[in-house]
This record gives sequence, C-alpha cells and structure tokens, in this order.
Amino acid sequence: MPINVLMPALSPTMEKGNLAKWLKKEGDSVKSGDILAEIETDKATMEVEAVDEGVLAKIVVPEGTADVPVNELIALIAEEGEDAASVAASSKEKPAPAKASEAKAPEPKAPETKAPETKASEAKASEAKSLNSEAKQAPAPAVAKGERVFASPLARRIAKDAGIDIAAVGGTGPHGRIVERDVRQAIEKGVGKAPAQAAASGKPAAPSGATMAQGMSVDQVKAMYPADSYEEVSLDGMRKTIAKRLVESKQTIPHFYLSLDVELDALLALRTQINDAAGKDKDGKPAYKLSVNDFVIKALALALQRVPDANAVWAEDRILRFKHSDVGVAVAIEGGLFTPVIRRAETKSLSAISAEMKDLAGRARNKRLKPEEYLGGSTAVSNLGMFGIKDFSAVINPPHATILAVGAGEKRVVVKNDAPAVVQAMTVTLSCDHRVVDGALGAELLQAVKGLIENPMSMLV
Amino acid sequence: MSSYDIIVIGAGPGGYVAAIRAAQLGLKTAVVDREHLGGICLNWGCIPTKALLRSAEIFHYFQHAKDYGLSAKDVSFDMGAVVQRSRGVSSRLNGGVGMLLKKNKVDVIWGEGSIDAPGKVTVKAATKSVEGPAKEPPKGALGPGSYTAKHIIVATGARPRVLPGIEPDKKLIWTYFEAMVPKAMPKSLLVMGSGAIGIEFASFYRTMGAEVTVVELLPQILPVEDAEIAAHARKRFEKQGIKIITGAKVTKVDKAADSVTATIDDGKAKQTIKADRLISAVGVVGNIENLGLEKLGVKTDRGCIVTDGLGRTNVPGIYAIGDVAGPPMLAHKAEHEGVICVETIKGLHTHAMDKNMIPGCTYCHPQIASVGLTEAKAKEQGLDVKIGRFPFAGNGKAIALGEPEGMIKTIFDKKTGKLLGAHMVGAEVTELIQGFVVAMNLETTEEDLMHTVFPHPTLSEMMHESVLDAYGRVIHS
Repeated sequence: MPINVLMPALSPTMEKGNLAKWLKKEGDSVKSGDILAEIETDKATMEVEAVDEGVLAKIVVPEGTADVPVNELIALIAEEGEDAASVAASSKEKPAPAKASEAKAPEPKAPETKAPETKASEAKASEAKSLNSEAKQAPAPAVAKGERVFASPLARRIAKDAGIDIAAVGGTGPHGRIVERDVRQAIEKGVGKAPAQAAASGKPAAPSGATMAQGMSVDQVKAMYPADSYEEVSLDGMRKTIAKRLVESKQTIPHFYLSLDVELDALLALRTQINDAAGKDKDGKPAYKLSVNDFVIKALALALQRVPDANAVWAEDRILRFKHSDVGVAVAIEGGLFTPVIRRAETKSLSAISAEMKDLAGRARNKRLKPEEYLGGSTAVSNLGMFGIKDFSAVINPPHATILAVGAGEKRVVVKNDAPAVVQAMTVTLSCDHRVVDGALGAELLQAVKGLIENPMSMLV
Repeated sequence: MSSYDIIVIGAGPGGYVAAIRAAQLGLKTAVVDREHLGGICLNWGCIPTKALLRSAEIFHYFQHAKDYGLSAKDVSFDMGAVVQRSRGVSSRLNGGVGMLLKKNKVDVIWGEGSIDAPGKVTVKAATKSVEGPAKEPPKGALGPGSYTAKHIIVATGARPRVLPGIEPDKKLIWTYFEAMVPKAMPKSLLVMGSGAIGIEFASFYRTMGAEVTVVELLPQILPVEDAEIAAHARKRFEKQGIKIITGAKVTKVDKAADSVTATIDDGKAKQTIKADRLISAVGVVGNIENLGLEKLGVKTDRGCIVTDGLGRTNVPGIYAIGDVAGPPMLAHKAEHEGVICVETIKGLHTHAMDKNMIPGCTYCHPQIASVGLTEAKAKEQGLDVKIGRFPFAGNGKAIALGEPEGMIKTIFDKKTGKLLGAHMVGAEVTELIQGFVVAMNLETTEEDLMHTVFPHPTLSEMMHESVLDAYGRVIHS
C-alpha cells in the first residue's frame, strides 16, 4: 500500500498552508526523518518530515501552490517493494483528497491532527501543542474556570453527548441554571463546541462569536434582582453601537498594554509661552488656547510618522498601512461618546488642531457630526486627566490598531542625577492590537510620543 | 367607578390564585364571580368528590374489616349524611378562599362580568346559579357596575359538554352537579364517559352498592392514561363488579318515570341497558359566551380561548387562563397558568408551562396518577425508550397495607436518560406522583433517581424500583 502524505496542520487554527518547496523529487528514496517539503503557514515556514521509508512516488501538489487545505493529499510514498511507477499511476485514478479531511478524527483527545505520515520537527510539534492548549481555553466560558456550573443532570448529559462545554452555555432556568432547552439551543447555534472537535475536523471554530460565550439574557439578569429595585432604560442607537463595537473589540482584538511616564515641564512652559503670545481677536479673546491634549494629538500623529509600521489597521486577511496620521479623539458626551478624527494631524499646526478639536467636540456634544468626521483613523487619544485619573487602559475602537490613554498631569518626585527632583509628569498607556502592533513596535511608538512631548519644540518644526 | 391594575373574571382555582399572586406583587386587583369563590373545583368538582370518595373508601374498609382481623357489624351508610359532609367540606374551603382574598386585599365583585373594551368590565347582577337561584354575595363584595382595569384575565372555566339527544335533565340524566348530591342512592347507574369524572363517580357509586355500567367511546377507559395502567385499572374495576363497555356509543336514551333505557352501539351490535340514572361525563367545554369576546375579536378555538402560553390572547390587555384557555382542564394547571399570566403582566421572568409536566390524578379505587408521556405517545414521537415496571406485590408497605395490587411504570429516553413519563395505579399513588414531577422539572436522569434514597418502608420505594427495573437493576422483583 502506498503511503499518503497529507498537508499537516501545524497549529490548531491552521486551515491552509502554502507548499513552498519540495526538497525531494519524485523517484528519490526517503527514509524516516528526511525532510520532504517546506510549508509556509500564517506563522512560519515549517518542514514536513517523512515518517516511513520508501520512494517518493508522486508529488500530487506541486511546489509554489498556495492555500493547500489541511489534510489534503500532497504526495505518495511507495513502500519498500512497491513499484513507484505503478503507485504514481494508480494515484491518477484516485486523485481524491484523503478522506481524513472529511472524516472526524477518531480520537478527539488528539486534536493536533498530525497526519500520521508526516511529522513536524519536535520543536514545531511542541509549538503546535502549546498553541493548542491555548486554543482549548479559547471559548470564553459563561462561568469562570473552576467555578461551579449550575446545570440540570439532563442538560449535562446532553451537552456531554453532543461534545459541548457546559460552562459555555448560558442558563435560562431558575437562577440561571442551565436546563435542557439551553443545551438544545446551544447545539443548534454551535455554542461551546469543544475546540478539540473543531480542530479535529480540520476547520477552525466558526468566525468570531460562534465560540464566544453568550452574554446573559435579559431574563437571566432580571431574575437576579427584585422587580422593584431598578428601572429599565431603553437603549438608544449610540448606546447600542458602543456596546456592539466594544464587545467586538474585546472579543476580536488581542489587546496588550504599554505604559510610560512622560515629563511635562517643557511642554507646559512652551504651552504658556505660546498661549501668552496669542493675538487677541476683535472680541478681545485670545486667538487660540492650546491644551495639553492638543500637544498629545500632535505628538501621536508625528510619532506615527516616525514609526510608520504602527500607523496601520487589521483588515481580516491583511493589514492596511496609512501614509497620513488620522488621529481619533474620544469626546465624552451626554449618554455616550464620539471619536471624531483629526485628519492628517501630522501636517497641522497645534493651533489648527486646537481649533478643529474645539469645533468637532462642540458638534459632537450636539450630535451634529457627519459620519465622515468620526469614521476611519488608525489610532485615538482618550484623555481622562481632567478627572484626575492617574492612568487607565482604553479599549481599542475598531478598526483602530492602538489607542492612547492619557492620565492626569501632576507633580511627582523623581530621581534625577541621583537626587530627588520634582517634575510635572503624566502616565500614558498605549493599548495595542497585537495582530498589527507587536510589543517592540508599540514600545517604539510610545517612546516616540514621549520624546516629542518631552521635547515639544520638535513639534513646532 | 373603581379602577384596577387587574380584574380577573372568575374566582375558580385559576382566578383566585391569579388574583392573590397579583396582590402579592402589589397590583390593585379585583376578582369577579357570579356564584361561588373557588369555582367548580372547590364547590362541585375536585374537593367535594374527594369527600364523597373518602366516605366510600372508609365504607369499603369497614366491609373488609375481617381482612385486617377486625370485625364491624351492620355496616351501612346514610347517603344524606355522606352528601352533607361533602357539602360541608366545600363550604368550609369556600369561606377560606374568601378570607384569603380579603387578607390579600383583593376586591370581590359579585355578578356576571363581561368585557366592553380592553380595560373595561361591566358587571351585571347574576340571575341564576348552577344550583338554581342566584346566590347571595359574600360579605364585603362589591356589586354590579362598571369597572376599569389595565389588564383583564378571563378565568371563567368550563361546564359539562352536552350530547344532543342526551341533554341532562337534572332528574334522570345527571351531570356531576346532580351526581354530587344524590337525594337517594340509585340502584343502577349508567356512566357515559370514562375520563376522570366518569370513573370517579362509577367508583363511588359502585363502592356504595349500585350496579354500574361505564360506556366509553374509545377502545380504552381513562383514554389519556398509559394503556397498560388503564388495562390494569379496568381489570380491577371489573372485579369490583363495574361493567365496562369500550369502543361503544350511547346512541339513544329513552326516559321512563324513574329510569332510563340507553341504546348502546359498539359498531357491530346494539344493546340496551336499563338504569335508574345516567351520568353524562363526556368532557367539558370552555365558558366563552357572554363575555364580549366576539366583539373584541379575541381568538377562540374549539370552545376555548387561544393564548400564547403566557396567558396573552391576541387582543392586548386581555388574558385567559385555566379551563377556558384550553386543555388539560385541571385545577392545578389553571393555578399555575394564573401565576405565570400575572407575573408576565408584572414583567417578571416567566416561562410558558411545559404541559408535558402537568400531572394527572384520578381518585377512583384503585387510584391512578401519571405525568409525562405514555409509552404509546413516546413511541409515536419516535423516541427510543427504556421502560421500568414494579408491582405493588413486591413492596413491603403495600402488603402491610393490604394493597398488593397495582404497579408503577417509568419511561426513559434511552439516549439521554431523560424521564419521559411515570404512570401509576394502586393505593395512594396520587400522593406519590409528585416525586416524579419534581424529578422531571429538575431534569434528573435515571442516574440521579437511582442515587436517591427512598425511605423504607414506603410505597415510594416502588418508584425507585421501577427506575432500577428500566435499567435491569431491580432488586425486589
């Protein structure tokens, strides 16, 4: 019997890979451990090793083929004693991809789904394993791990039989107990499917949400409070949008956070100087009055120009990188917030940014913004310094890749030249979408911001 | 003109329970009735029949005193006193409902209510009652007039179905009203219909000594019960001397001065049976008339109001619960629907009742009790089942009681272990069934039931054994 060499799944989320290169030719003899081919995945290039001895009888998928589905037949190895030519010939009659891609893996406990004939190098395999163990925890459980799940015995049994993680099912019984109908519904909707099965079937869990825990239903929430202890507030469009987008953000964007302290003395001195120099208009009011936030916007815009890789957003299967720095600015308004965008902020003077912000914020408060004024941008600034907030981590506003959370400026004692010194400082925290901005890149961006704020004259040139 | 949050029309078990629940939730509530608090259940149904059947049961024990090593001579009964006791039980509970309503500050409006428009109820003085003349209102009740309410719940119940040509005349052809208060003991009785009402009266009158014949249209007596249970009960009834004719129809009734002669057709042959009295127990129909429902466009179907499971009709502000909202026509179903309906109105967390989990009890001798799917229904639904049975003869307590006949049958879904149904016939089973009802509501599987400790010696051990039997683990059989 010829041995099927299948496209290996080297990570649980791997759906397809590119067959980069064949390192053996048809007719080459191979022995266990020989590297047959190189495969490019979303993460890395990996090697396909031979597990058995024989002769590479037929290359089914030529090198350079992109997007080869996992478990697809890529080559045939004739075993010792088999005629490689006839194996190659017979394969023409049955070019169908290996059944494995359709059939469920018999052992859902082994979700790596390594095709038995191929083997990744040990390192890669262990990487795949560790990735998988992460994936196992992926479906956000309705109940925190280790906490008791209240479910009826029947619900538990049906969930078990269906391969559903009971903890991922929302309960509608008394006090949120999970009952039969909840599990039946979960089965219909595909909630809580054990990741092992999804991986074993060679398909990643359905797109976002499908494996996400459902939030509690209105009935479940209401059941927890006496009926006369609350009033119900219906949602307006803005609240619904905020809820939807921020849930989407936290569920689909892999956030991480970087914090830095930034000294403000130079900036505050410059700001005083600039504001003092402002001419008066006909009403005797100063022509402009720059805020610290105006400087932050400008600093972030310029920083994005210096670290252009961070001036980008994630778009499903690609990254969009921008030329100009369009910076959103969160504006709190009655009942919610808007994030109008300062376009090409790197090209604008501080006074222009300041004037534009005043106009946008004013119109945001009256809900008079046009959609094109709050759509787009690759980042945003959220400043809660005026409330005395020392530092916080903001939720990225999709599709942005970052958001800069700005805390209050205050006098702090720091060590300068081995001596304590009093400086004006604030803490800024950059939330990053790891798909676009990796740790080092985010740090680079944040450092650039710090440099600009601490040497504010550079923003004037 | 008084205005309420909720007006309930009908003070039967559905209506008064709904009213009390509404009052508990802080809603200003009134209940309208034209003849009695507690409805048919308490005055002419469940309760007074249980009082009659208790008399029959004790009479039966006296007759069988010897079986227990006792002697009782000259055992007899005074039907007047038996009936009087039954009426006394009803009247005591009727007064109790009045107290409960008062305690909960529910207004009672005396008269016939009808709905003029959503939110508006007109109450007219009742001109008659089921017992004849109009009845005196209870103390403190409000009188006829116009009332308004944000929500109106129709809970007007049901009345005996009448077959054309066999109309009850209160003298020779009875319904449960007359059968409940016989002036004298009929020597012979023909019971038309073998549902709970027909069988309970057949059992009562037979125990008290009448010659009883039961005619059932369907091939099985107690048609809603599991076939095996019904067959067991039938054998017992026949042993007691009740004559049972199934798959047959009463086609004609000829009335004489003090007897009736019924023509019975089983499709193959006709026979005539002469009896002193005939009880018509061929089901009940909803009281949907004279309520203004047609004018309001409230949807009805086969004599009942159509609701959404939470008591809402198709007309906003109008609700229906209990018998008038469709089968099963049982007091406990009405009560629960009343609670669900009011809680829905209040905006609380509610779920429509799972009608499959409503138990049914028949208080004949032997008693019948059941919940969930019968074996036939389960198979009809294509379910793969596991069935357990346990006989009374294998239970120590049953033997000690002198009740070695009967059985408990349980039906499980083979795939999930879900308890689909439980069916019982024998002594005291009406008090046992609730164990399985709780189990079903909590969605236990056979495993949990097997792990449950049942006290010894009790009849309930048979419930355990029946479950064990379904999985081949029965101990005492």
